[in-house]
Amino acid sequence: MSEGHGETINVTLKVWRQDGPDATGRFEVHHQAISTDASFLEMLDVLNEQLNEAGLEPVAFESDCREGICGTCGVMINGRAHGPQRATATCQLHMREFRDGDEIVIEPFRAAGFPVVRDLAVDRSPLDRIIEAGGFISVNTGAAAEANLTPVPKEAADQAFDAAACIGCGACVAACPNSAAQLFTSAKVGHLGLLPQGQAERWSRTESMVEAMEEFFGSCTNHGECSEACPKEISLDFIALMNRDYMKAKIRNRSLAGQH
Amino acid sequence: MSSPSPVTPRLDAKVPVGAIADKWQNHKFSMNLVNPNNKRRFDVIVVGTGLAGASAAASLGELGYRVKAFTFHDSPRRAHSIAAQGGINAAKNYPNDGDSVHRLFYDTVKGGDYRSREANVHRLAEVSVDIIDQATAQGVPFARDYGGLLDNRSFGGAQVSRTFYARGQTGQQLLIGAYSALMRQVAAGTVELHSRSELLDVVKKDGRACGIVTRDLLSGEVTPHSAHAVVLATGGYGNVYFLSTNAMMCNVTAAWRAHKQGAFFANPCYTQIHPTCIPVSDDFQSKLTLMSESLRNDGRIWVPTTFDDARPAADVPESERDYYLERKYPAFGNLVPRDVASRNAKTVCDEGRGVGPLKNGVYLDFAAAISRDGLEAISDKYGNLFDMYHRITGENPYEQPMRIYPAIHYTMGGLWVDYHLMTTVPGLYCIGEANFSDHGANRLGASALMQGLADGYFVLPYTIGDDLAGLLGQAVVPTNDPVFTEAVRGVEDEQKRWLSINGTRSVDHFHRELGRIVWEYIGMARNQPGLEKALTEIPALREEFHSDVRVLGSAETLNQSLEKAGRVADFFDLAELMARDALEREESCGGHFREEHQTAEGEAQRDDENFAHVAAWEWNGDGTAQTRHREELDFENVALAQRSYK
Repeated sequence: MSEGHGETINVTLKVWRQDGPDATGRFEVHHQAISTDASFLEMLDVLNEQLNEAGLEPVAFESDCREGICGTCGVMINGRAHGPQRATATCQLHMREFRDGDEIVIEPFRAAGFPVVRDLAVDRSPLDRIIEAGGFISVNTGAAAEANLTPVPKEAADQAFDAAACIGCGACVAACPNSAAQLFTSAKVGHLGLLPQGQAERWSRTESMVEAMEEFFGSCTNHGECSEACPKEISLDFIALMNRDYMKAKIRNRSLAGQH
Repeated sequence: MSSPSPVTPRLDAKVPVGAIADKWQNHKFSMNLVNPNNKRRFDVIVVGTGLAGASAAASLGELGYRVKAFTFHDSPRRAHSIAAQGGINAAKNYPNDGDSVHRLFYDTVKGGDYRSREANVHRLAEVSVDIIDQATAQGVPFARDYGGLLDNRSFGGAQVSRTFYARGQTGQQLLIGAYSALMRQVAAGTVELHSRSELLDVVKKDGRACGIVTRDLLSGEVTPHSAHAVVLATGGYGNVYFLSTNAMMCNVTAAWRAHKQGAFFANPCYTQIHPTCIPVSDDFQSKLTLMSESLRNDGRIWVPTTFDDARPAADVPESERDYYLERKYPAFGNLVPRDVASRNAKTVCDEGRGVGPLKNGVYLDFAAAISRDGLEAISDKYGNLFDMYHRITGENPYEQPMRIYPAIHYTMGGLWVDYHLMTTVPGLYCIGEANFSDHGANRLGASALMQGLADGYFVLPYTIGDDLAGLLGQAVVPTNDPVFTEAVRGVEDEQKRWLSINGTRSVDHFHRELGRIVWEYIGMARNQPGLEKALTEIPALREEFHSDVRVLGSAETLNQSLEKAGRVADFFDLAELMARDALEREESCGGHFREEHQTAEGEAQRDDENFAHVAAWEWNGDGTAQTRHREELDFENVALAQRSYK
């Protein structure tokens, strides 16, 4: 059994500091001893405790659930969104993934659509704008039919779930060389578009969400970095599905327009 | 120390008359309505965008009210409801196993150890079925069987399968459903969304809530907002223990500041320990991680029969394993309610039979389930939970048993509300975990999501109209009214005060120390000397906090230490009230276990004659003892009995 306390390792942290959205940023170097049982963010907690002790302002970084589900956390670790471990949000990364003597470069998510707020914290509100554009099924409270009236084939339900697992952390955008948000958007389009309940608005939803996305983010050129960085391993297939639906929506809407 | 005053008037919950099954139906008819065109003349503030807040804001927006929704997160979707894993109860009776609204009602009252209000619980059970319909229509991907219909599983404290689930991410999927409904209203213009805005005061005029004051967490700007009604949906206070399964930012500030404005705080000592969390591993630990209670469906809980047994689990022969829950509670076995499961884990660890490097856990073993159902079936059900456990501990639960230990998870106490979910401040409502209402002294698994969504989708949108109807034609209090300018000044002064103390220790240091006291004396088991000690230690530490905390930086930028200082200050006050409440409640019930009050078998011993009531505390100003009010609980439909899960 692997029970037992972790060992202590010494790492060199190069941490991005930036006082505000318009300020110039810089790297700050700290040497940190830490147990391999600590999570990555607990390591930053320890650093902040020491900074505060020394009269220096703590590093601003965001996190909340620390269980990999709320999507609040996320930094670039040695150039990778959420760091080296596959399918793992920053908050679930543990120091046992690092070795004694490692240098760890910690930066905020880098994307034009995600301006830096302070230090490692960024503004990801454009993701909310995409959802606002159509990431919902229009059913008022009280208007729902009996839930078992519409059977959903297990396969469709499972696929929709794979897409719905997205936590909205924005790692896909940060990992993309073009800062594109296709994976995020397609996860929502796929989740709702695969379910019978989502069919009524399938085409209008796809169209308006894609177009809202394009207001804030770059274009997808099929690098696939997004899916690699995704803590929930959302598949690139959803981007293909969204592209297909977007094309269909455009053709369909044009032909509908012609009828009027 | 305050003593219950015999002259305080009994709190009136305004429960409608009539048979329990008819109360809500009849009351819906008798309430005043606001006609559709008039709804747009009312402003409603909703604070918090978790399940309760998002569902309320969306539903009120759909009805046509002008809603302002506030969250201190960067996005409404981050609220802590998202972390709920296991499921949501509803009396659909799809499995045909004898469930009904009445049974869900009965189980919830019993599970709450007969300390909840019958009428509220019955209403909750009634609307539970509508929640499943609503969420399904929104596209929430609940688990389905091969015929495409919704699947159910059983959960602690129930003998029927009534829990709907979405892998181990039920909270996430339900919250995304409520969030998408909310964003739809934002797009429609009925809801104005304020993210990264933290409530720092509730404002009253002539005794009625008329608005709030918020601080923008990025710019530091302090802003007043007025409305005809204010709804708090700001979650529970589990982080008073520092280590809990709550998200890092969960706090009591909104509820506490409302309390200081006159909203009574009910049953603060009712806190819930979740039996299946990953044990503490070290001093730097920032929070505890819950492993869904649903794991108890297939996992068997055990410890070695011998003390200080250092052998790896695999080397302990079957004959030297104590499946203590199965042994003591043959009927419910590993599915006993949370409080029972938790106390038993504490007992065996206190005896020296705990497992793991710190001897602070018990085993949750899936070997039998894996050999019975196959690895794939177990992985389908619990795959993501197993992965999470593996990532955190470095141990593979497919190969060796999980180690678990109880941790603070949920708080049943909260702002007192009447049948309409209104607090003792007119115009101020409280919904979801932030109120005290439906779970009594102990919440059953898969009932938190149910309550949050019941309040937000199907209760508050009706009851708020009854109150607002009487205000038709009245303008909101303008934000330049002195009540607002004074409140704004108060909040600004508070920020300056934290920055000017310039002491030596961090906010986290004090929070951690406070948590130690609260866990030690107001944790899983309480006793009089311990509570009295807490009542000495908490104020002493609080004094140190207010004179020696070090908050660096400025109030005009994102300043996470500054945010936290105010929240920890409120935790100090709350912790003291928790100790008082626990001391006054001379009985054991649900999550409140007083060692002086237990049966010969070590089970909780209620005192129905003297304590079948809600204790609701009234703030009397800093440094003054709070007044303990009572709401008597009448049990007309469920016979009071000693809970037994044997």
